[in-house]
Amino acid sequence: MCNIEVMCIGSFGRYTRPKCNLILLIILQLGLHTVEGVWPLPQSFTSSTERYPLNPNAFYFGYGRQSAAQQDCSVLDAAFKRYFSLIFPDYTSGYGVLRFSGDKPFTVEIRVDHADCDSYPNENSSERYNLSVSAGQASLNAETVWGALRGLETFSQLVYQDDFGTYFVNKTEIDDFPRFQFRAILLDTSRHYLPVQAILKTLDAMAYSKFNVFHWHIVDDPSFPYQSRTFPDLSSKGAFHPMTHIYTQSDVRRVISHARLWGIRVLPEFDSPGHTQSWGKGQSDLLTPCYRGSTPSGTFGPVNPVLPSTYQFMARLFKEVSSVFPDSYIHLGGDEVDFSCWKSNPDVRAFMQKMGFGGDFTKLEAFYMEKIVNITSALNKTSIVWQDVFDYHERIPKDTVLHIWKGTPASYKEELSRMTKAGMRVLLAAPWYINHIAYGQDWRNYYTVQPLNFSGTEEQKKLVIGGEVCMWGEYVDATNLTPRLWPRASAAAERLWSDEKQTSSVDEAFPRLQDFRCKLVRRGIRAEPLHVGHCKHEYQGV
Amino acid sequence: MLLAGRPPVLGLYRLSTTDMIAALKLTLLLLALAFSQGQQHNYIDELDEEAGTVRAVQASQYVSLWPLPQKVKISDISFKLTSFNIVDAKESSAGPSCSLLQDAYRRYYEYMFGSAKRQGPRKSRRTGPSELTKLQVWITSPDSECDGYPSVTSDESYELSVDLPYAVLKAPKVWGALHGLETFSQLVYEDEYGAKSINSTAISDFPRFAHRGILLDSSRHFLPLKVILANLETMAMNKFNVFHWHIVDDQSFPYLSRTFPQLSQQGAYHPYTHVYTPADVKMVIEFGRLRGIRVIPEFDTPGHTQSWGKGQKDLLTPCYSGSKPSGSFGPVNPILNTTYDFMSQFFKEISTVFPDAYVHLGGDEVDFTCWKSNPDIQKFMDQQGYGDDYKKLESFYIQKLLDIVTTTHKGYIIWQEVFDNGVKLKPDTLIHVWKGNQEQYQSEMANVTSAGYQTLLSTPWYLNRISYGQDWRGHYKADPQDFNGTEEQKKLVIGGEACLWGEYVDATNLTPRLWPRASAVAERLWSAKEVTDISDAFNRLSVHRCRMVARGIPAEPLFSSYCPREYKGI
Repeated sequence: MCNIEVMCIGSFGRYTRPKCNLILLIILQLGLHTVEGVWPLPQSFTSSTERYPLNPNAFYFGYGRQSAAQQDCSVLDAAFKRYFSLIFPDYTSGYGVLRFSGDKPFTVEIRVDHADCDSYPNENSSERYNLSVSAGQASLNAETVWGALRGLETFSQLVYQDDFGTYFVNKTEIDDFPRFQFRAILLDTSRHYLPVQAILKTLDAMAYSKFNVFHWHIVDDPSFPYQSRTFPDLSSKGAFHPMTHIYTQSDVRRVISHARLWGIRVLPEFDSPGHTQSWGKGQSDLLTPCYRGSTPSGTFGPVNPVLPSTYQFMARLFKEVSSVFPDSYIHLGGDEVDFSCWKSNPDVRAFMQKMGFGGDFTKLEAFYMEKIVNITSALNKTSIVWQDVFDYHERIPKDTVLHIWKGTPASYKEELSRMTKAGMRVLLAAPWYINHIAYGQDWRNYYTVQPLNFSGTEEQKKLVIGGEVCMWGEYVDATNLTPRLWPRASAAAERLWSDEKQTSSVDEAFPRLQDFRCKLVRRGIRAEPLHVGHCKHEYQGV
Repeated sequence: MLLAGRPPVLGLYRLSTTDMIAALKLTLLLLALAFSQGQQHNYIDELDEEAGTVRAVQASQYVSLWPLPQKVKISDISFKLTSFNIVDAKESSAGPSCSLLQDAYRRYYEYMFGSAKRQGPRKSRRTGPSELTKLQVWITSPDSECDGYPSVTSDESYELSVDLPYAVLKAPKVWGALHGLETFSQLVYEDEYGAKSINSTAISDFPRFAHRGILLDSSRHFLPLKVILANLETMAMNKFNVFHWHIVDDQSFPYLSRTFPQLSQQGAYHPYTHVYTPADVKMVIEFGRLRGIRVIPEFDTPGHTQSWGKGQKDLLTPCYSGSKPSGSFGPVNPILNTTYDFMSQFFKEISTVFPDAYVHLGGDEVDFTCWKSNPDIQKFMDQQGYGDDYKKLESFYIQKLLDIVTTTHKGYIIWQEVFDNGVKLKPDTLIHVWKGNQEQYQSEMANVTSAGYQTLLSTPWYLNRISYGQDWRGHYKADPQDFNGTEEQKKLVIGGEACLWGEYVDATNLTPRLWPRASAVAERLWSAKEVTDISDAFNRLSVHRCRMVARGIPAEPLFSSYCPREYKGI
């Protein structure tokens, strides 16, 4: 029964790197696994069958002598602690720790060029690293601590256990960097409240797939869970519950600092002028009163763009937001504005007349968005807006980033062309609306997206700064978020990190992703299965 | 227990739609659970959702009862529950020795009052006039069936009266009492500060169908025991009463057989970590029994048996390519005597391990290509005069298998193909319908029942098939008696099962994928046929799902909204 299959496959770089050797994958039927790969696939990866046992009692992380960062580097010290447990999952439970007195010590030596230990990752942070594993040691070199974090993740995925619980790592050379600088996950905490624990767990899993931006769609129509210091009524009246379903300032700080330690930026979105029903509960006169005939109907529409008080409120709110969230980007939304309420309101119509907008309400929206973008520019923040804003209004400030969320592949490619031709930077989310579920292996669709396959010059292609996986919250809360997100989002993670030519085969990716999903499960992430099969260590919760 | 207040509605409601609509108009909306208008970035929604769908969760006159009892009368007189106990009625035929009930009392006490310390009766303290201090449970028939197993003929009815001086739950058997306790717990609600109350209520209840099942598949993915037990627990909250355990299949054989231990030794994903030992199986059966749930195992043959072949030589048919064995195997080999010797011993074991009167024998999706390729089978076909009709060979196998199972004194359930292929069946065979579109399954139900067989429906309830949006609405609308047939034929429909096949499901996602979608099926199988108001169902089901979440079950949301107590796991 001990049926040993030996198969040879080309090393991961076989399309582009003639120097790579063949590697052997030995798969024992009883789930004993050796190196099945790293997810997302590094840019350059060479590994041999030579392997070294690792003994948790003789395993060390160290700072290289030339490293700019040394002991007390908060980011790396915290990472060593985390990765020790991830590399040796049995260790703390005391199971499977076999001591071979003959085991030599093994050291992972880190060297970084910049001691950016107390900063936040930003859009220019280098995440490049190289990792060389040889007898008794691994050298991990990176320009920044953020690159070192990516390298530690890769190293942790190289370590495996044999059937007797002994840990091994193979001789390996890796040179790696991301294809796109912006690789994000959007969570929606308005349609359902997500407990802070669920957010933190998602940040952990993001780091395992090398995502680096958490796009926090924190408020929307259904609820306003962000507890503002300036306008506390927004959450006390607009949250699902004023005490239990809010994010306090310290919750937000906790999310930001947890994210920082994993090298993840936190990008807040305060979407307006649409999607703001919940704002109106705690801020009177902010929303447009809708009219039926000549009298107010009692319902409200988008933010009222004709009152000066609106902009005073927004300036104060965004001043707070820009000091609470350290990232230099703010997402301003701007999508799906329903004009029917504006149309019904006589004051809005009078304003339209005065401004010479005629009957074109897209001009009114553009007027509003321009004022909001100016508010955030004055706060030294760069704005990101949904594509609708560009569609209405092509002359928005050049440093604004446009976020594509709509349409079929043909139409988003067209949009990519148009936007980059206008010289705008672009983020792509349309193919990764992961809240839309379907029966079967839909991860294959997320994997085969080609973000740069649109008509445009090389210069235009460079304006695509990355992509984003969106998990909108209509049907998602803490009960089902994790299995819906993982490992489906990991498919997009590889598309955004790895070389497209080396990762063009979805069938070759399949066993590696299966193996990666079992690693996630082993790490306590409820990542759902891709198809029939099993993990050596199944999920132990309910 | 999750509502901050409740609508004061009086009157007895025979459940007609007009009454419900009228009453809804009167209902005060004391609690709007959700407020949701925008649909950011979900242009698909607009295509999916029906026009006029009520989106906000509103209070139902039946509050949070799920599945809805046959007769309910809730008044606006409320009682406080500060010092409360569940006790046996003096006249009850089940006393303190009935551990099934004692267990259930504790379980429901904890659901209702959480980890709050159990308060003993404090004699010194005067209880107020509006305080309810106990629920008496009264098993009325001389045999409570406390130590028995539930069966398809078990009496599950109960009557519940919540009034002063104490509430009374009357049921002929313990099975009805279990359902009544669940219903009682659903009537309890709490205010903003956690104080519990219950309204004066009269309920008379019984299930519409006797067989209300959930199928879990532990072969395509192994399901840890914990997951199975948690789902039995959730089944009880939804008044399901059958766990159909599709325990083995092509992919793996996790059932550890005492007679043939090599089946799991060789056929499981892992011989130690991915198996169900006899003790595990016993635990599942007893855990189910304590909740009034039958455990019906399925050992599907002659197809779906790849994993069996690993531990049992010569059981499967060797496939040929040309004149030589190809090395691969097909369905069970129906022409060898050893096959039937094996099956006799195997099903003898199964009949002793699983106490239920029924065993599910599968019989679906037999692929004939391997049989066709095998020269010995071809010879046998000639001898028997079957010509090229492999359905006859399948029938030959199934008939021998049914004879074997009959000798173990078990009844059997088989998938519809066995009936479609004209196999001779005992008149008490249950035919399980799973194929086709609505028109096809309805005509199958008509055919099966006109042939006089009892039937179970699963086709509209393949919950493993997921899609974006509120697909529970489709599950809710399907009705197993909705086909052309006589009243007599309709009576042969004994129920249905929601199936969660395991291709894409394991411990990581099973529970949120199953619940509350299966709850929609639960109400269809329990409540009166006329209970079809989908917006009232949405309101009750939203609260019911939050109740499951509060009890630690990660049941997924129906739509944008919130629960007072969100899921605490991750």
